[in-house]
Amino acid sequence: MRPLTLRRLLLQCFILVVILFVVVIIALKFGAVPVSLYALGRDVLRFLLGQTSQISSDYGLIIWNIRGPRILLAIFVGASLSVAGTSFQALLRNPLADPYVLGVSSGASVGAILALIAAPYLSLPSTLAALLTPVGAFLGATATIAAVYVLGRREGQIDSTTLLLGGVITGSFLSAIITLLMGTVTSGNNRGMVFWLMGNLSTSFQKSVYWFLGVGFFVAAGAIYTTATDLNLLLAGEKEAMHLGVDVRRVRIVVYIAASFLTGLAVSVSGSIAYVGLIVPHVMRLIFGSDHRTLLPTAAFGGAIAVVFADTLARTVVAPTEIAVGAVTAIVGAPLFIYLLRRRLA
Amino acid sequence: MSSGSAFARNASEASRSSAEARLSVEQVSYAYSANPAQAPLFTLEATSFQAKAGEIVAILGPNASGKSTLLKLIAGALAPMSGRILLNGFVTHSLTARTRAQRIAVVQQESTLLFPARAWEFVLQGRHAHGRSLRFESEDDVLIAKNALAQVGAADLSDRWMDQISGGEKQRVILARALAQQPLLLLLDEPTLHLDIAAQVGLLDALRRLAAENRYTVVVVTHELNLAAEYADQVVLMQRGRCLRVGPPVSIYQRELLEQVFQTPLSVEFGASGRPRVTVLSGT
Repeated sequence: MRPLTLRRLLLQCFILVVILFVVVIIALKFGAVPVSLYALGRDVLRFLLGQTSQISSDYGLIIWNIRGPRILLAIFVGASLSVAGTSFQALLRNPLADPYVLGVSSGASVGAILALIAAPYLSLPSTLAALLTPVGAFLGATATIAAVYVLGRREGQIDSTTLLLGGVITGSFLSAIITLLMGTVTSGNNRGMVFWLMGNLSTSFQKSVYWFLGVGFFVAAGAIYTTATDLNLLLAGEKEAMHLGVDVRRVRIVVYIAASFLTGLAVSVSGSIAYVGLIVPHVMRLIFGSDHRTLLPTAAFGGAIAVVFADTLARTVVAPTEIAVGAVTAIVGAPLFIYLLRRRLA
Repeated sequence: MSSGSAFARNASEASRSSAEARLSVEQVSYAYSANPAQAPLFTLEATSFQAKAGEIVAILGPNASGKSTLLKLIAGALAPMSGRILLNGFVTHSLTARTRAQRIAVVQQESTLLFPARAWEFVLQGRHAHGRSLRFESEDDVLIAKNALAQVGAADLSDRWMDQISGGEKQRVILARALAQQPLLLLLDEPTLHLDIAAQVGLLDALRRLAAENRYTVVVVTHELNLAAEYADQVVLMQRGRCLRVGPPVSIYQRELLEQVFQTPLSVEFGASGRPRVTVLSGT
């Protein structure tokens, strides 16, 4: 018997932090303009020592103004999608649940686009206007997961196959709505169809958006983490969890709202990046086990690593042209989805 | 609540209930309805019985007689339409899920996990209600889980994966998780359903020993007339949502009554132990 200890949890997280650091260095180095490791090392050291004024590398602008913020975005988007996927899988008792597969990402996209369309008519102060897109995305995500949950119920119980079908159909319907909205609306805020359907991390935002992302992630992921042991018991079903002392209703509300918020947050800044919430939790489960006290933080780090890495590939594979990061994750994720589906059916 | 205080609670509640009924089902009724505007699909009529600490109660009856509904009401998963269920004087369905899980453990027919877990991880889940929502298991928790596995003779299964053990072994591990909850009341829903005869007898022997040693009150829903006759102190006989009789097996196992309830010809004999034996008479 080797129950989880805080020491083991911290060690696991430390290993992933080191891997994330290495991946971030790789992401900073590679791109349309390669940067030497020496210049990168010197600049990173100066940054860590707080001597940012001394950063005089010729590539400083590329690293600190272009690649750095993009990597930060990838970290939060990857972590958010991955934690949301882990939570949906436990709550819906479905190993194939993921914000993209369930159509929640598409719902968030529709919410975000509607918020962008509405923004000019609302004449809000600029700080509030900047938050309108994530709020719209959150509302879109929440409404979609509620709809998919209702569609997935048969005789009062969640039916895995019906739930997945409900999610796929909802996602396809909402993608059509996105296409319709993008086709009929010509607004300066339009980021293009590929952004909303496949995901893209190339948009740069005001500093306040990064703060909002960071704080939003820690609050929502923290709320989900308080239910980690409850989620462990929910893997055996709601009835059994209730008999073991879980307040199922409270956990359901907390996790649905927080996971929808995380999805909305990610989609509002990066569009619908596919399968991150599916692949990463499964890989982490294989390595660290299915205890959510470990799985949630390791999935967050794993998601960050996966999206930073996928985005580096998206930037470099056919440089100087970029491909959508969602295309990279889908090329890996779709075959894995089919593998998991076949294993489940077998 | 720490395991120490849980033990103190169990000790005080156990001593309080030794002189009186620990479980008291008082005129409890329930109705299932697909739509509140429509007539109920199934009705459980007012049912009453009592059980003391250390007693095994078997709920018997044919399909759709209301056995599982009665068990869900006792577990607090359903709120009765009328009447009440008291466990050491507390109304079960008004307790919070956490408090209820500290007093009542439910062993269902089977437990399907979404992702694989080892037996010891599964048994430790029984400690959930005794700690804060988010925490790491204490040494006490580990000790209690180990004892629970040992009590059901499954100590050697501790490191095995739950999806790689036999049905009988799995049932013992599920029972060990219920014991790790340190309950006052142990509820079992057809625990012998998928077990061979040796595993059935092994499980019920373990239950009888545990009920006697730990002073658990045990309520079992079963279709096994002979196992109920052998192991139960009291039998609750159900038919079409009605509780027909409550009493020791000797008073319930009457040929005419059982034939009428189970709609099949049978004979009832009494062995040297005084326990009844039922034989189904096929082709007569």
